[in-house]
Amino acid sequence: MWVGVSRPRVALAGRLVALLLSTWVASASMAAAQDTKVAARGLQPPGTPPQRIVSVVPSVTETLFAIGAGPRVIAVSSFDTYPPEVAHLPKVGALFDPDVERILSLRPDLVVVYGSQTDLIAQLGRANIPTYVYRHGSLADITAGIRDLGVRLGLAGEGRRVAATIDGAMGEIRTRLKGGTRPRTLLVIGREPQSLRSINASGGIGFLHDLLELAGGANVFADVKRESLLVSTETILAKAPEVIIELHYSEPPIPEAIARERKAWTALSAVPAVKAGRVYLLYGGELVVPGPRVVVTAQTFARALHPDIMPW
Amino acid sequence: MTSIRRRLAVWTLVFGGLAFISVLGAPLIGTTPIRLARVFDRSLPFADNVDAQIFFIARLPRALAGALVGATLAASGVVLQALLRNPLATPFTLGVSAGSALGAMLAITFRLHLSMAGVSAVTAASFIGSLGAIGIVYGLARARHQGFSTNVLLLAGVTLNSFFSALILFVQYLADSSEALRTMRWLMGDLDIAGYGPLLASLPLCLVALLAFAWLPRPLNLLSLDTDAAASRGVNVLLVQRVAFFSSSLATGAAVSLGGPIGFIGIIVPHLVRLMVGSDHRIVLPASAFFGAAFLVACDVLARTAMAPVELPVGIITALVGGPFFLWLLVRQR
Repeated sequence: MWVGVSRPRVALAGRLVALLLSTWVASASMAAAQDTKVAARGLQPPGTPPQRIVSVVPSVTETLFAIGAGPRVIAVSSFDTYPPEVAHLPKVGALFDPDVERILSLRPDLVVVYGSQTDLIAQLGRANIPTYVYRHGSLADITAGIRDLGVRLGLAGEGRRVAATIDGAMGEIRTRLKGGTRPRTLLVIGREPQSLRSINASGGIGFLHDLLELAGGANVFADVKRESLLVSTETILAKAPEVIIELHYSEPPIPEAIARERKAWTALSAVPAVKAGRVYLLYGGELVVPGPRVVVTAQTFARALHPDIMPW
Repeated sequence: MTSIRRRLAVWTLVFGGLAFISVLGAPLIGTTPIRLARVFDRSLPFADNVDAQIFFIARLPRALAGALVGATLAASGVVLQALLRNPLATPFTLGVSAGSALGAMLAITFRLHLSMAGVSAVTAASFIGSLGAIGIVYGLARARHQGFSTNVLLLAGVTLNSFFSALILFVQYLADSSEALRTMRWLMGDLDIAGYGPLLASLPLCLVALLAFAWLPRPLNLLSLDTDAAASRGVNVLLVQRVAFFSSSLATGAAVSLGGPIGFIGIIVPHLVRLMVGSDHRIVLPASAFFGAAFLVACDVLARTAMAPVELPVGIITALVGGPFFLWLLVRQR
């Protein structure tokens, strides 16, 4: 190709090509970086709202359906079960095992991902597929997220309406419980079945803590700035909760099985909640989903904490 | 003979005293102040006595479980190091703990909710898993050999460990996130047993093993040098190997099902004790059992107080304390 061209000119031409190439590569990579940034920030490039949405975050899937974006959802995570419409949608993995190939093959124009899925975010960024990055947070973050998602999908009004419904229901609970007692409460989010081993409790941050406090309970671990913590039986005896609420992420088993689970607590008979028979075992996966159904969780907590004001 | 008896008496007194003090002292230490007078106040009903429940339900079973698990793992470590003639052998080398862990993972992931006499499904499944591993390893060590090949035993154990680890990962992968978290937590070790049921379930097997260990030191001394020489000195090599293998493995299975696979005790305690008392198994074995008990009880006190009210998994403490300490020992010995 360079035959017939003298050596200095070869060098000059070579340098020029190299310069042009490097400028092009630099600008291309900057553009790609910007695209990735845009995608990673969860901002929508200008244009029409997304019409083919993949969500690998079950709580956001619920929100999408609640704000009327359900028909646009084309695939969900392997753990999605609600609303019932998701049953027939393709499943594309979950938090730890997203099926990137499957997601790409569905040609989505928005993928809802969890904040810790950095590899997935980067891969989607490279494919120029916008992402909506979600992370669990406080109760206020849930309604803010619903409004934000509404704006992003061109359904701002619906987003505001759903968020306002949640805020309204929460406000109603607050009003009804106003001035009432605030029993010291232990919120257990996991333990070994039929024993008091490996007890995991809610700490002082996160939507479950917020819901507990809103429902008129005083979290005994409110001062621990963590979403959850492993606690010993000694700490529970020392904290002396007046109510124990225990969350089980399954459908309620037979009453005998529930009774056996509750019986495990009798080992700590000096705990006021155990003594007063105020250990509540709540069953249902929906109780721990930080989506539109948090209202149900708040009402359930309130009934357990204040059966006199909010009967079952 | 008299000299060994005197040394045994001295070291038993030293290490036994240490274990005794730790078990007795641990329930007195904690983040919640309790008054001993109130703990033993019989005029108060136990159901209303918070101090007594903290002492007798939250702390004492933990200290006793720590002592039993620590003694068992440390003594099993000594026996297996002698049996396999390998200083790096631990109670977990032969795949017993991996089998035990697999059993526990299956019980957690598939939500087995049966329990009997204060023993949960996870504890029972982990013990059954350890029995499975013992059976497989023993079967392999016996196959194609007239006697009992310790080389095959070691290789089979190591391979089984890897195989079970893969199965554990697979089962964890199948678990949903809350169960996966529980499986991880189980693997870190936990002695907060909140009662005496699990302790009583593991105790008989551990005691039988510790009794068997009492018979082992003399033949192990000869066996750890050379099997032929031991045989020529009248040692029934096959019998000793079998007793050593089964007693240490069953005890490990019982200990792991009680407290989870708590690492490092089975390797650092025997080596540390050997540094202090020499290599005679007649002293090393009881001294390791006592020191293992004291060491784990102390680590557990740290686990429940260091970051209170957050509970630290005790396996993390033993590894954090044990790892650097063992490396220091290695460097120092050179």
